[in-house]
Amino acid sequence: MTATVTTDSRTEKSDRVTSRGTGGARRRLPRIPDRIRQGGLPYLLLLPAVLLELLVHVIPMVIGIVMSFRQLTQFYINNWGGAPWTGFDNFKIAVDINAPIGEALLHSFFVTCVFTFFAVGLAWLFGVAAAIMLQENFRGRGFLRAVFLVPYALPVYAAVITWAFMFQRDNGLINHVLHDQLGLTDQPSFWLIGDNSIYALIIVSVWKGWPFAFLIVMAGLQNIPRELYEAASIDGAGIWQQIRKITLPSLRPVNQVLVLVLFLWTFNDFNTPYVLFGKAAPENADLISIHIYQSSFVTWNFGTGSAMSVLLLLFLLVVTAVYLFITSRGRKGADA
Amino acid sequence: MPSHAQPAALPRAPKSSSRRRSPMAAPQSFLWTRRVILTFLAAFALLPVYVMVSSSLKPLQDVSGKFHWIPSGLTVKPYFDIWDTVPLARYFVNSLIVAGTATVLSVIIAVFSAYAVSRYKFRGKRVFTVTVLSTQMFPGILFLLPLFLIFVNIGNSTGIALYGSRGGLILTYLTFSLPFSIWMLIGYFDSIPKDLDEAALVDGCGPLGALFRVVVPAAVPGIVAVAVYAFMTAWGEVLFASVMTNDTTRTLAVGLQGYATQNDVYWNQVMAASLVVSVPIVAGFLLLQRYLVAGLTAGAVK
Repeated sequence: MTATVTTDSRTEKSDRVTSRGTGGARRRLPRIPDRIRQGGLPYLLLLPAVLLELLVHVIPMVIGIVMSFRQLTQFYINNWGGAPWTGFDNFKIAVDINAPIGEALLHSFFVTCVFTFFAVGLAWLFGVAAAIMLQENFRGRGFLRAVFLVPYALPVYAAVITWAFMFQRDNGLINHVLHDQLGLTDQPSFWLIGDNSIYALIIVSVWKGWPFAFLIVMAGLQNIPRELYEAASIDGAGIWQQIRKITLPSLRPVNQVLVLVLFLWTFNDFNTPYVLFGKAAPENADLISIHIYQSSFVTWNFGTGSAMSVLLLLFLLVVTAVYLFITSRGRKGADA
Repeated sequence: MPSHAQPAALPRAPKSSSRRRSPMAAPQSFLWTRRVILTFLAAFALLPVYVMVSSSLKPLQDVSGKFHWIPSGLTVKPYFDIWDTVPLARYFVNSLIVAGTATVLSVIIAVFSAYAVSRYKFRGKRVFTVTVLSTQMFPGILFLLPLFLIFVNIGNSTGIALYGSRGGLILTYLTFSLPFSIWMLIGYFDSIPKDLDEAALVDGCGPLGALFRVVVPAAVPGIVAVAVYAFMTAWGEVLFASVMTNDTTRTLAVGLQGYATQNDVYWNQVMAASLVVSVPIVAGFLLLQRYLVAGLTAGAVK
């Protein structure tokens, strides 16, 4: 979103760049000669990126949408063009909440919503708190910054396997602390199966996600002009007031993009539950991506799996559009 | 760790003056809040690291029984055993080839694209940036299966083995980091004065000469930042790695599960192997993190 804005503001400048050699008098050249002079160069430069995005993202996605209208089972896997059309049958199966498949999908959707709400909320909160607390210089600041980035740098599978070990019922750290050391539970609990699994998933996801929020907010803080703080402190504003009146409002645009990105990543996250629980997640932590994977690759029903993916995409599109609409309106309101 | 965070607001370290702000001493309430928050977050961040390191040095009977904060006996045996239990060295090499190649290609392609968008005016520019960015929001699961089928079909019809090969995985991974890399480099290139490459053009450089002699050298921090991001994306990906690889091309993301699917889970070996595959990337990342923050500041967060 930010990128498109900057693209626009740049257009006029590049006009000047390309016509510079012809002298100031002809600065307002019509566009067409410009384009001829630069030839197809920009397109040539973009070609590799466009081809690759087409091959790996756009075309597969179109095929995915087409597949959702076909009865695609393992018999058609080598000849998926020959799979019979079924119209909206796959979608009907996916959303029929009175039948097992639709009911399970709805359940998985609710689980994912709850999970995303807490995982994004906490990751965002921790990231912002950490970045603000490290904004000023003090001894140990560089060290802490490195420490905070460790969860982000660790490969997902290595980190999440470690969490899976910590959540083991009999030999894990969590139960050792909660049961043996603090005596909070009557007996060691299960964390990776049963009702507690959603907590385990949220904790791991927050642990993995907050350093990214920290990184982005830290970068955002560096764009706040120092003069604002100086002026505020001359006016007698204390540090809490400066955080409330300068830091947080200045972070608004960064936060808006950050929350959206965190939401999309968390909602689609496959890696964390897959490494934590394996191919079949416990019912209470059955995230939508795992659920669709399970429906497609384990039960070999690709048509229904594709229909579920399309529904997921539609949902994400709607949420993103609404979010962008609300935040851009908010920004306009703030400007006015 | 943050407990020696005493009169922090005093301007005693002039080296990072750009981020120092209030000349007034911070009140006790702030200092205590900061201590509490930072201690909690540091402990949270490092807890699994402690478990990883300490458990990797424990004998098997120790990790199989109740957890203990202090290892009962130290041993480095797991670090030797990990290479025999699963072919870890092969997975390591595979991951290195896949992530390394994907990173190099992704960065080169992103530099070209970002240069075009940052320096030229052309029809379809907006469509390009919006489309590329929106590919970021596709759920991976939606194009996993079609991509898998495309790769299988290309293999069947042309003999180019993409499915199960490193090439297919490289091709896939380089597109994952591409949108973010292009987006960030556009912002970064924009922050480099256009006078610089204009001057190069006037001096007789071609557009590509201006790109490689002027823009790229000036954008090194941004390029390092996207390279780090691309490498980490490829090194940590699990979903496509588990579907698109076979026994010989398996990467660490899938290979590490090998310790856990046996009857006995060798937790000390799992932890040792996790540490071995993490150390290079964490070390590299921490060395280069300053570039990442600088790159994000100039590129993505504006």
